[in-house]
Amino acid sequence: MNSIENVSRRGFLKVAGISSGAFVLGINLPISTAQAKSAAALSHELNFFVSIASDSMVTLVCHRSEMGQGIRTSVPQIIAEELEADWQKVSVVQAKANSKYGSQGTAGSASIRNHFTSIRQIGAVAREMLEQAAANIWQVQRSSVKAEKHFVVHTTTGEKISFGELASHAAKLTPPGSKKVKLKNNADFSLIGKDIKLVDLDNIVAGKAQYAQDIQLPNMLIATIVRPPVVGGKVLSFDASEALKIKGVVDVIALKPRSIPVTTNPLSGVAVLANNTWAALEGRKKLKIKWQHGDKASHNSSEFSKKLAKKVNQQGETVATKGDIYNHQYNDKNTLEATYTVPYLNHTPMETPAATAIVNGNKCTIWAGTQNPQWAKRNVAQELGLAKDEHDNIELNITLMGGAFGRKSKADFIIEAVELAKTSKRPVKVIWSREDDIQHGYYHSISANYCKAELTDNGSADYWISRNAYPPIGWLWDAEAKTPTDNQLALGFGDIPFALNNLSIEKHAVDSFVRPGWVRSVACINNGFALGSFVDELAVKAKLPTRQMWLNLLGDDRHVDPNKNNFKYSNYDLDLTAHPIDTKRMKDLINLISDKANVEQKLPENQGWGISFLRSFGSFVAAATKVEVVNNKVTVLEMHTAVDCGIVVTPDRVKAQMEGAMIFGLSIALMGEISVVEGKVQQSNFHNSPVTRMNQVPEMHVHLVESDAPPGGIGEPGVPPVAPSITNAIYHASKTRIRDLPVNKIFTV
Amino acid sequence: MIKMTLNNKPVALDVDPQMPLLYALRDELKLTGTKFGCGAGQCGACTVHVNGVAMRSCITPVSAIAEQAITTIEGLADNNGNLGESAVQVAWREFKVPQCGYCQSGQMMSAAALLKAIPLPNDEQIIEHMQGNICRCGTYQRIKAAIKSAATHSTVANSVTTDLAGMNNGVEIFDARQLANKKQGA
Ligand code: FES
Ligand code: FES
Repeated sequence: MNSIENVSRRGFLKVAGISSGAFVLGINLPISTAQAKSAAALSHELNFFVSIASDSMVTLVCHRSEMGQGIRTSVPQIIAEELEADWQKVSVVQAKANSKYGSQGTAGSASIRNHFTSIRQIGAVAREMLEQAAANIWQVQRSSVKAEKHFVVHTTTGEKISFGELASHAAKLTPPGSKKVKLKNNADFSLIGKDIKLVDLDNIVAGKAQYAQDIQLPNMLIATIVRPPVVGGKVLSFDASEALKIKGVVDVIALKPRSIPVTTNPLSGVAVLANNTWAALEGRKKLKIKWQHGDKASHNSSEFSKKLAKKVNQQGETVATKGDIYNHQYNDKNTLEATYTVPYLNHTPMETPAATAIVNGNKCTIWAGTQNPQWAKRNVAQELGLAKDEHDNIELNITLMGGAFGRKSKADFIIEAVELAKTSKRPVKVIWSREDDIQHGYYHSISANYCKAELTDNGSADYWISRNAYPPIGWLWDAEAKTPTDNQLALGFGDIPFALNNLSIEKHAVDSFVRPGWVRSVACINNGFALGSFVDELAVKAKLPTRQMWLNLLGDDRHVDPNKNNFKYSNYDLDLTAHPIDTKRMKDLINLISDKANVEQKLPENQGWGISFLRSFGSFVAAATKVEVVNNKVTVLEMHTAVDCGIVVTPDRVKAQMEGAMIFGLSIALMGEISVVEGKVQQSNFHNSPVTRMNQVPEMHVHLVESDAPPGGIGEPGVPPVAPSITNAIYHASKTRIRDLPVNKIFTV
Repeated sequence: MIKMTLNNKPVALDVDPQMPLLYALRDELKLTGTKFGCGAGQCGACTVHVNGVAMRSCITPVSAIAEQAITTIEGLADNNGNLGESAVQVAWREFKVPQCGYCQSGQMMSAAALLKAIPLPNDEQIIEHMQGNICRCGTYQRIKAAIKSAATHSTVANSVTTDLAGMNNGVEIFDARQLANKKQGA
C-alpha cells in the first residue's frame, strides 16, 4: 500500500461533498496531480481512507469488494478499532477502482489474512494524529492523552475533546509513518472479535441494496449476448432481421471476434440491444446465427475424465519428493491405491454477471460488481487503447455482488459492456441470463487425483504417492500451458502435512477445452476430496477410527516445511513462520470436531459419520457429516465444521461463511457437475444444474476456535473438507465408496 | 394499458402484455428490489405477492395480473414491526440472515406469504414452502430460524388474521401458467 497522507485541505474534497474542516487521510495523491487537474476530474479519484467531519461523523472507505462475506463491515471495523471510533458514528463508502489503494483484488480469501496489519495502521495513524492535535491544544506530551470512544481524553485531568472538534486541528498535522504507529494489544480490542451491526443489512432487508444488475441510467440500452457454444468458436454469419422486428429492440451488434488464448476477454458473439430486458430476450430468440465451432468441439467431458483417471495411474512429473518410492516393494496386503475424479463445476452466483458502461471518446464510466477492480480497469484500458497516463479516464464504480465465488474476478462481462457502449454510443447494461452463466463460465477444472500408500505397523502409512491431472488455469493466458504452477499445486497437494519418510507428489500435463477459473477454494476442492477420502480409506483398511488415522498420519507436534521435499511452497503468500503448517492445531481441530459431533457414537444401521480436514488459505477447517442411506437415497442428517482461523474480526460472519461453505460443499458433493459434449456445456438452468435447496439442508453447527494467531482466510477454507466428509459418511452408512463425484450418479439425493 | 395496484398505489403499465412482471417492475417502474435469478420459475429470487400469495414474477406476464394487487419487497413493510418493517424483516435482521443478500427479497416475500397462510408453520411446512427459493450463499439454516421467530412474534402481535378463512394448509406457489388457466376458466 502507498503511504498514508493528510489530504484534508485538497481542493477536490469539496467536489466530493466533504465539508471543509474535515480531517481526511488519503493515500499518496501527489500534490502536483491534485493541482494540475480540475476539481471535476479529481472527484472520482477520491482515494481517502478515513474522514472525520466537524460533527464527529466518521466516514471509512472499504477498498475491497463485497460478495456476501461481510468485508464491508470487517474492513471498517478494523480501522474503527485502531481509531477508537464509536461504531454508531461510522459510515462506510465503497472505494472505486484505484491502484493507490494497494491491492483491491478480493480473492484467495485474502482481505483480512494479507492486509490485517496495513488496515489497522490506517486507523492507528488517524488516532495518533487526533491524539497529537489534543496534546497540542492542552500543550502536553502525547503520552498524557489517549483516544477513547470518539474522544481524546487528558489522562490526568480527565478533560476530553471530541473527534469532531479535533478534526480541523488534526487536518493541519503531518501523519506519522504507518510503520511507526503503535497498534493496540489484542487484549484491548473492543470491536475486533465483536459482532457489530452489519453495514449492508438494513438496505438488503429493505430491498434497497444495489447490485450490478440494478443499475438504471437514462437512455440506457439493455444487452443480451449469444456467445459461441464452443470456446474459440466464431460467428460465420447471422440474420438479425426478425430480431429487429421485436418492439423495443434497438440494435443487433456482432462483437469482435476473439481468439485463443481467451485471457479474460469476452467470448465474442452477437448482442441484441433493447429498451428493456424483455425485448432484448425476445429479440435474442429470433436471432439466426451460423457458427464455426473450432477444434474445441472435439471435447467430451465423460471420456476426458476417464483419460485423466488413466493418466494419474501412471508416473508423472515430480512436484515434491522425499526418500525413495520407486525402489520400494509394496506389500499388496497393506497397500491401498485409489483414483478420485471431480467434474467441471460452475460458480453459479445467485446474481448472474452484469455490467453497465458509458463510453465517451476516451472517457469511460462503469458500474459493475467485480472482485478485482484494478485488473478490470487495466483490461478496459487495454480494450479502449488508452495510454498508461489515461487509465484514470476510466471510472469504475463497484456495486455489491450477489455472490461471486471467484466468477467475478474475471472482467469479460465488463469488457462486453464497454465494447457495446462504445459501438452503440449509448449507456449499455449487459445482463447474463442463467443459461449464459452456466454455459459460458470459467469452470473449476475437471480433474483426477490418485493416491497410494502402504500401512505401517504403528497404524500410520508411508511410501505415499499423490498425483493429479487437470487443465491448468494458466491456459487462459497461454494456449500451450499444460500443467499447474507450483503456486496452484500448493493448494492441498504439495503441502501434504503427514509424517512420511517416503513421498512422491506428481503432476501430469493436460490439454484444455473450456475456460478454467477459480471456484471457491480452487484446486483444494479436488485435492481435498482425494486426501480426505484416502485417509478414510486407509482408516478402514487399518480398522481404525478415521480420527485416529488422521492423528497417526500427522504424527508429532511440529511445523511442516514442504520446501524440505524440494517443493517451492508459497503458503498462500503468507509467511511460513507467522502462518506455519502446525500439526498440533490440526490434531486439536480433528479432535474437536470428532468430540463435538460425537462421530464415534454407535449409530442405527444405514447411518454413518464421516470426517475430513484441510488447511487452506492460512486457516484450519475440519468437517463432520452424518448421513442415512436407505433405498438408495442419501439423506444428510447433521453437519459440523470446526474452524481455527486465528484472530477473528467479525465472528458471526465467520460462522456465516462456514454455514455457507457447508451448503456449497453439499452442492458440490451431491449434485455438482458441468458436462461437456462436443465442446458444448449440457446444463442450462437450475433444473439440470441443481444446487442445494432447503429440503436438503440438515441441522448444522459451527465450532469456532479462539486463537491469538495471525488471521487466516475465511471465504474459501470451509469448502474443501465438506465433500469428503459426506462421501466418507456415505461409506460408513452403506459400504459404498464414492470416488467419482457427484453422489447423484449413484444415489438419489 | 394494464392497470394494477402496486404496493397499495394504482399503477398503469404501457408494455407488451406478455412482458413478465419482473421486467416491468425492474425496467419500467425502476423497482429493483425484486431480483432476477433464473427467469424460469426455478429459484424464487423474483418472488412477489399477488393478492397476498407468493408468485414468481419472472414467468408471470403482466396481462395475468391486470387489476390485481401486487406487493414487492419495497412494499412489504407493514408498520407493525420495528422501523416500519414486517415481522419477517425484523426477524431477518435479528438472525443476520443475508450474506450477499441477492436472494433475500425473494426469500422474505416467500416467507411472508407462508406466514400469512400458515401463521405457525412446522418444519415440514417451512421446507415445503421455501424449497423453491435458492440461496447460493447458503443461508437456509438462518432462514428457517428467522421464519420461526417471525411466526411467534407476528402471531402474538396480530393473533390470526381473517384472510385465512377457507385456506387450509397447502400454500401454493402459483406460477403464471396456473394463474392464466384459472383466469381462462373463470
Ligand atoms: S427469477 Fe428465478 S424464479 Fe423467477
Ligand atoms: S444471500 Fe446470497 S444468494 Fe442468498
